[in-house]
Amino acid sequence: MIRAFLIFLFAAIAMPSAAQDTLPPAPYAYKQLDDPDLEAKASDLMDTLRCLKCQSQSINDSDAPMAGDMRHQVRSRILAGEEPDAIRAWLIERYGNYVSYQPEVSASTWPLFAIPALLVLIAALILLRRLGKRRQEERA
Amino acid sequence: MRPVFFIPLALFLFFAGLAAYMLANGRFETVPSGMVDKPLPEFSLPPAVDGLPGASQANFIGGEPKLLNIWASWCLPCIAEAPQLERLKEEGVEIIGIAIRDRPEDVADFLSRYGNPYTRIGADDISELQIEIGAAGVPETFVIDGEGKIRYQHIGDIRADDVPEILEILEDVK
Amino acid sequence: MIAELGLAALWLATALAFLQIAAGVLGLRGDAHSARFAVYARPAAVVQAFLAVLSFFLLLYAFAVTDLSIKLVATNSHSMKPFIYKLTGTWGNHEGSMLLWVGVLALSGGLLAGMEKRLPEKTMSATLAVQGFVALGFYAFLLLSSNPFERLPVPAAEGTGLNPLLQDIGLAVHPPTLYVGYVGLSVAFSLAMGALITRQVNPDFAKVMRPWVLFAWVFLTLGITAGSYWAYYELGWGGWWFWDPVENASLMPWLAATALLHSVSVLAARDALRTWTIMLGVLAFSMSMLGTFLVRSGVLTSVHAFAVDPERGTFILVLLALYIGGSLAIFAVRAGSIAEGKRFTFTSREGALVFNNVMLSAILAIVLLGTLYPLLTEAFDVRVSVGPPYFNPAGAIFAIPMFIVMAIGPLLRWKDDKPKRIQFELCLLAAIAIAVVSLVAILGDYAILPLLGLALAIALGVAAFLPLRGRKLSRVPTAVWGMVMAHFGVAVALFGMASESAFTQERLAAVSPGSTEQLGDWTLTLEGVEPIAGPNWTAIEARVLAARGNEDPIVLTPQARDFWAPAQATSESALITRWDGQLYAVIGEQTEDGRWQLRVWWKPFVTFIWYGGLLISLGGVLSIVGRVRLDLKRRSAVRKGNQRREDQAKITGKVQVEPAE
Repeated sequence: MIRAFLIFLFAAIAMPSAAQDTLPPAPYAYKQLDDPDLEAKASDLMDTLRCLKCQSQSINDSDAPMAGDMRHQVRSRILAGEEPDAIRAWLIERYGNYVSYQPEVSASTWPLFAIPALLVLIAALILLRRLGKRRQEERA
Repeated sequence: MRPVFFIPLALFLFFAGLAAYMLANGRFETVPSGMVDKPLPEFSLPPAVDGLPGASQANFIGGEPKLLNIWASWCLPCIAEAPQLERLKEEGVEIIGIAIRDRPEDVADFLSRYGNPYTRIGADDISELQIEIGAAGVPETFVIDGEGKIRYQHIGDIRADDVPEILEILEDVK
Repeated sequence: MIAELGLAALWLATALAFLQIAAGVLGLRGDAHSARFAVYARPAAVVQAFLAVLSFFLLLYAFAVTDLSIKLVATNSHSMKPFIYKLTGTWGNHEGSMLLWVGVLALSGGLLAGMEKRLPEKTMSATLAVQGFVALGFYAFLLLSSNPFERLPVPAAEGTGLNPLLQDIGLAVHPPTLYVGYVGLSVAFSLAMGALITRQVNPDFAKVMRPWVLFAWVFLTLGITAGSYWAYYELGWGGWWFWDPVENASLMPWLAATALLHSVSVLAARDALRTWTIMLGVLAFSMSMLGTFLVRSGVLTSVHAFAVDPERGTFILVLLALYIGGSLAIFAVRAGSIAEGKRFTFTSREGALVFNNVMLSAILAIVLLGTLYPLLTEAFDVRVSVGPPYFNPAGAIFAIPMFIVMAIGPLLRWKDDKPKRIQFELCLLAAIAIAVVSLVAILGDYAILPLLGLALAIALGVAAFLPLRGRKLSRVPTAVWGMVMAHFGVAVALFGMASESAFTQERLAAVSPGSTEQLGDWTLTLEGVEPIAGPNWTAIEARVLAARGNEDPIVLTPQARDFWAPAQATSESALITRWDGQLYAVIGEQTEDGRWQLRVWWKPFVTFIWYGGLLISLGGVLSIVGRVRLDLKRRSAVRKGNQRREDQAKITGKVQVEPAE
């Protein structure tokens, strides 16, 4: 009995946690735009958008159906003449900063930009203290 | 002893505290929609199954607040959610379904097995509305007030103890 | 029996770790009574190494014979799995990899105790006590929360199998290599703490520490290189680095170890940078432990996450707090009492090394910030993502000056130098960089970072060999060759990264059998798609004919595999490697009209990234060989000198006073 239960348990662990649909992907999920410039624009954008159903993958790198549907949105919007930044903003409006791998300065992300600036200052300070001082002493 | 040598320790303690807090409280893993308190986006989706009409934004304008339920026949938690939707329907709530990436025969099969709480089901074959409304997964349920404004988002399947809260919100936004 | 033996060996090793700590602490007191007990520290470490390694080999054996009465084997292995993956499956899970980690930790502790005779006895005692303390924590972790030898009440009929992504030869190499690196840093950590506690931060200590740092650093470099290549061809989207938390977790110790490596060299050669070296020694090991915590606690979302468990996370966090918090506290109290060491000017080799040490530390801070920041905002119920568009430019702020100084630094003399002396080299390098930038800018419209990367890579590649200019090559010390090689490796890797990011071409198309696609100068024809079966998977395999220009076509066979134990789909890429790049092909789903999704990339010079990594490690190996040879020569010279003096004393019949060295 225990044995049967354990086998069942292992089988359950091994089973994928959510079933997948069987519908074909959206038209632009796996189809590049004909214009290489537009496709490059779309591709650059898709590399920096997060697949919401995956563990840390961009929508360009994911085979999840929803990532495909997001790629379709990006490509068809680029084709309609929208700018990548506008599409990113459109998605951030819906999913928050989480959807974009490219953080933008906002109430929740400013330290990401303030700290590197601070680091530049600290690095300059350390270098001046360690190296600049010596030089003066030696000259004196 | 120079204070500057205490900086690494201070930074580490800050991190350790944060990590301990995260471990104790669990992670915040949902992706809430930024569309709550904004108008429902314009959309019009064809019927997902024979016998029920499709769904569009116009269906939500006017009348009582309604539920917009994003679901799919291939989604396992949706099966768990079905009895709760049935209860909400019995309480007189109108539920409009959006079937994500689904086939009509699968939808019909699901409804015959687990019941049909919907007045309409729109077929969203390329997750268009799902993305437009900011739903990161399936199932999710949105409360839409009579003016077509999104007022509340429920992420994941509705459990039995979520039903009273949802009914209360439906009452509040009238 | 095997499992019980393994467990017993672990418990015994734990007991010996206690002995090692006690003996080490007594050795610190230094009186005659304590000294009698203190001599047990070294044998305790050596025997412990034997026991921990034995325990690991027993688990390896259990996996080899698929002993399904052991829970770990039943949950991670399968009788039908190819033999090699049964073995690698030993460390493809949390418990097994922790046992490997502990085995390597004990082994390096044993080697240190058995072989290192140069340090003052007190410093050695303190070092061994710290090493024992670190080991004890990990034994406790294994035995109390992740026992690899746990038995099932009833043996399972069949195992669950191993995550198919991990059924790859890359996994056989990558994690163990990284662990050796991480754990090698634990020795550097123990030595740094030993020296700090006994106030012996001096060139002699640095000379003892240097080979350990080099050794750990070589393995970290190899591990990261192998891991990056593994992710590149196994995950099937052609990416080699995504700044994923787990990737960052392996990069951070490497950055700290690289800084430590250079700073310990300055300390050994010039008796400068004392506190800085100690700080980096603590930091490097902290980063290894932090990496372990991030990977295993599940506090961050990663594509490589495995064995995630908050309870274990808590345990590792406690260990982190003990070791890192403790050592940083000792550092804070003690560091002020270490004298600053010798002085030097900005335009000296030390000056350049300090500059790059600061740059490396700043890059480390950026990576740390970007990796942990999502954790911070989640505490406030806000989720953010930090990815390549953040890490690349933020890292470049510090990486670009670092590469420039890296090109010039080795040309400078120690202590003080005049920039005028190397003005020819400076002009040459500047000319190369400017020429490359203008050439590439004419060729096309590329992003600024890859462009700068290309220019710096080529200038750095030339600069790496400049220290050899005007020297007789046969007389150049092996360690200098090591430096040249490693710096050239950095240039090669940087060239690969910049080139991949600037020039990659991608083609994604639905193709029907017989039809042809064009990508750059490659012509790709889909010959057909067939189902095939492996030992524990079934797959569809595409036959793609790839021809470059007018060459004869080569057959590529990318597969989409479905594993059935456990059930999971993977995409097996197919590659053609040329000296100037790699063609990378993946087969996807079949479309409704019967065509197949084919995704192909041409990645110019992408292989240079990993060649560079190998060159860097080779440089490290040369450096170790050079140092050890020099050390042995010196030792034998001292021995010979002593011998001669003894002989002389015997002949003359009186004891001579030894001249001070």
